[in-house]
Amino acid sequence: MSTATASSRNGRTSGQRLSRWLSTNAIRIYAVIGFAYLFVPVAYTFAYSFNNSGKSNLNWRGFTLEKWSNPCGAPDVCTALGNSLKIGLIATVVATVLGTMIAFALARHRFRGRTATNLTIFLPMATPEVVLGASLLALFLNAGINPGFWTIVIAHVMFCISFVVVTVKARLAGLDPRLEQAAMDLYANEAQTFRRVTLPLVAPGIMAGALLAFSLSFDDFIITNFNSGDVNTFPKFVWVSSLRGIPAQANVIASAMFFIALFTVLFAQLVAGRRRKAT
Amino acid sequence: MSRASKGTAQGQVDGGRDLRIGNVTKRFGSFVAVDDLSLTVPSGSFFALLGPSGCGKTTTLRMVAGLEEPSEGSILIGDQDVTFAKPYRRPVNTVFQSYALFPHLDIFENVAFGLRRRGSKEVKKQVDDALELVELGGFAKRKPAQLSGGQQQRVALARAIVNNPAVLLLDEPLGALDLKLRRQMQIELKRIQTEVGLTFVHVTHDQEEAMTMADTIAVMNNGRIEQLGNPEELYESPTTTFVANFLGQSNLIRSSVTGTSGTDVQLEVHGGRLAMPQSRRNGATDDLLIGVRPEKIRISPTGQDANAEQNELLGGVVTDASFTGVSTQYLVRMPWGQELMVFAQNVGVGGVLAPGTQVDLRWDPAHTFALDGSLDAGAGVQRDEGATPVPVG
Amino acid sequence: MTVAAGIGLGERQAGAGAPPPAVTERRSRRKLTPYLLLVPGMAWLAIFFIAPIVTLLSTSTQTRPEGAEIGVFTQTFRFANYLDALEGYGPEFGRSFLYALLATVLALAISYPLAYAIAFKAGRWRNLLLVLVVAPFFVSFLLRTVAWKQILADDAWVADLLRALSVIGPQTHIINSAPAVVIGITYNFLPFMILPIYASLERVDPRLMEAAGDLYSSALTTFRKVTIPLSMPGIVAGTLLTFIPAAGDYVNSALLGNKDTTMVGNVIDSRFLRVVDYPTAAVLSVTLMASILVLVGFYIRRAGTEELV
Repeated sequence: MSTATASSRNGRTSGQRLSRWLSTNAIRIYAVIGFAYLFVPVAYTFAYSFNNSGKSNLNWRGFTLEKWSNPCGAPDVCTALGNSLKIGLIATVVATVLGTMIAFALARHRFRGRTATNLTIFLPMATPEVVLGASLLALFLNAGINPGFWTIVIAHVMFCISFVVVTVKARLAGLDPRLEQAAMDLYANEAQTFRRVTLPLVAPGIMAGALLAFSLSFDDFIITNFNSGDVNTFPKFVWVSSLRGIPAQANVIASAMFFIALFTVLFAQLVAGRRRKAT
Repeated sequence: MSRASKGTAQGQVDGGRDLRIGNVTKRFGSFVAVDDLSLTVPSGSFFALLGPSGCGKTTTLRMVAGLEEPSEGSILIGDQDVTFAKPYRRPVNTVFQSYALFPHLDIFENVAFGLRRRGSKEVKKQVDDALELVELGGFAKRKPAQLSGGQQQRVALARAIVNNPAVLLLDEPLGALDLKLRRQMQIELKRIQTEVGLTFVHVTHDQEEAMTMADTIAVMNNGRIEQLGNPEELYESPTTTFVANFLGQSNLIRSSVTGTSGTDVQLEVHGGRLAMPQSRRNGATDDLLIGVRPEKIRISPTGQDANAEQNELLGGVVTDASFTGVSTQYLVRMPWGQELMVFAQNVGVGGVLAPGTQVDLRWDPAHTFALDGSLDAGAGVQRDEGATPVPVG
Repeated sequence: MTVAAGIGLGERQAGAGAPPPAVTERRSRRKLTPYLLLVPGMAWLAIFFIAPIVTLLSTSTQTRPEGAEIGVFTQTFRFANYLDALEGYGPEFGRSFLYALLATVLALAISYPLAYAIAFKAGRWRNLLLVLVVAPFFVSFLLRTVAWKQILADDAWVADLLRALSVIGPQTHIINSAPAVVIGITYNFLPFMILPIYASLERVDPRLMEAAGDLYSSALTTFRKVTIPLSMPGIVAGTLLTFIPAAGDYVNSALLGNKDTTMVGNVIDSRFLRVVDYPTAAVLSVTLMASILVLVGFYIRRAGTEELV
């Protein structure tokens, strides 16, 4: 009798243990599945960069390192990449400067037209890309401007500004105004206060805004497609070639960009962590 | 440019660098934060602006620092009119509330900030000396976030002192510290002020802090100065009910003048007769509020310790007794309904009177002060500070 | 240079009193500073965002004169353009909003637990996991979509697995179908959902949840009554940042869908770039933008967070 009770109790405990383990770890299990979902397409992109593909890169034809040893082997792919990098850099610099200035005005000053300004910043983010792209092209066509490299830059700056403003403004809002008052109290004039205190403290926000702008610009396809004319960018190259087969070199470049970005971020985190620990 | 004006300011060291605030008013919209305030802070003194939040003390400080501009009036340091000078063009430095240390600079660079802006020579030596003064010699290479609250407070102090300002402003500098550390820093601040001999203007809402450190205290209320004097004067002879209640606690009792005898005033209080020195009377009318501090009163069971020389109020009943170690605090309900507060030193053993005990209260007539009877007896009572209000009967 | 001018010297200016001339002059210069900061950026947005939208509005009521060249339109204020377009492309509109809605809900379902796990369960791996969650989006978005095309292909393992489990019939395709489009859209905009939710969860003090537990609330109730309300700003921002681009997307439909999954974006794209029917493209763009703004406005009001920007 007593042994039966004990064993049934045991049975219950192991069953309970399993269900308790499941319920306490449900969120972790879910997270693992979630990460798998996130990384499957990346794994495909990476794997197919080694595909011994012909014209189309949709089916596996065997392993090769040839595409990695010759990433510019496919026609136009590196020109497109170069354009994307150039456009990304120029658009990032311009959008970061303009956006940061607006963020300072919004965070530090009272002025007439504040609401209108906020709305004008918000609207581009609430407008679908296809509308942004189409309307800008309509403007260029009406003005008799042929789309090309600089119209892409103009378009990218336009949609990046809002994101920079939001990022920098958030950083400025978290900045204690007393720090700047303290600087002025300690004989720093306006310019010195800005250079020695405000700028270094807001720099991470500006940096984050710039990175966001670059990644938005580099990866933009829809708006670019409307306003690019004959100029090719990397996303546009992928789109155009997707109709007749994307060369594996595109996967090589995308994978390389992925690892460069990943390692840069991880390295930055590691350095930041070290510095925090060392001090 | 700032360096030049700085130089002149420092050239005037011996010509007196008193801080003179003349008829300053500051309005924010229709709200008057500081109301026609005039004040002279002598060079080298430790001056406290004391008052509840919203009394205008911080606004006054910010105007001296150059962080706000007065709506009217002038601010002079020595002979230099700094009323509208930029913060960086005046020989004033501030220890900010919550310190405002630059998080991206290490301690050394924080302290060196002002010196570098003025192109000072021997930055290293001056910074080292300043850090030594606040006993943080070994911390130069750390970042502010790695220091404790008390240490950050010292850095903020060193960062201001190192510039040898004509006036050093302290905005609730100890507000963020815990009680024990605060006591310790009070003594420390006083030591440093004596050592460097700078003028300190200290803004606080903590009356004990002000009394511990300052030579002179200005008690502020509603944008005006209620009373100015040294801590003892303010405590012993408040001239307004606000000061009487805000600095320590007071029993304020309604009374009327019945006559004078010699240097004394004769008073009638709810049927009882009291006396007090004419010299401590404020208020010309016969209707007065007389005040006596709780620790000046002796409490004894009814019928004991009768003494004709003393002021007596008879027939009280103990309603509450709290033993605090050093003393026992009693609330005594008087026949006219008012509760008076009495602090009795615990000099004997087992002398706590239980609630319900019938008691008499006595005190030296010289310890009585009198205020104008038309004043609000409840002004300045710090209700949220844990102090029990003393209602007036 | 003038950036710091407004610092400290309070924004609340004294209303009365006669300030000396020096002060007045300084104040007027300070008033100018914000405009100097705003002008370049706002001019850019005025010329390249607002003006195009106005142009778009104007184009939307134009018509092509009889016998004119391709691409030549004149303003005739023909508002019937709107009726024509909406009649012709109603299903595409419906699909855009339906797919966007489904993708937003799916993305929320995937993102919230992930963000929650990173914010509260990851310990010292938090920063690493945060990087990993964003990392897939370092790969070009078109290539990711092409990867989905491969994953969902008829002869790929996903389809084989689902067929083996009899979830789908032997003849059913996943690729080139509406579900494939929704899967693609969901995946594409995930970081826009995860990051805001994580940001707002990270700010939640875990002690608040402990306090809820202390006050007799079960884990589920705590989640419903404390965690979700506190992370609402992140949820609102995330759903908007997902829904808006999703409704205008056409890449997923073009790569993963078929002719019956055409969305409004596809139509705008082809009307504009291939058919050269600018008025119809403009009508569709204006309508898309307007309906999104109306929806967003409603949603923000309902959710009670206006602190989006």
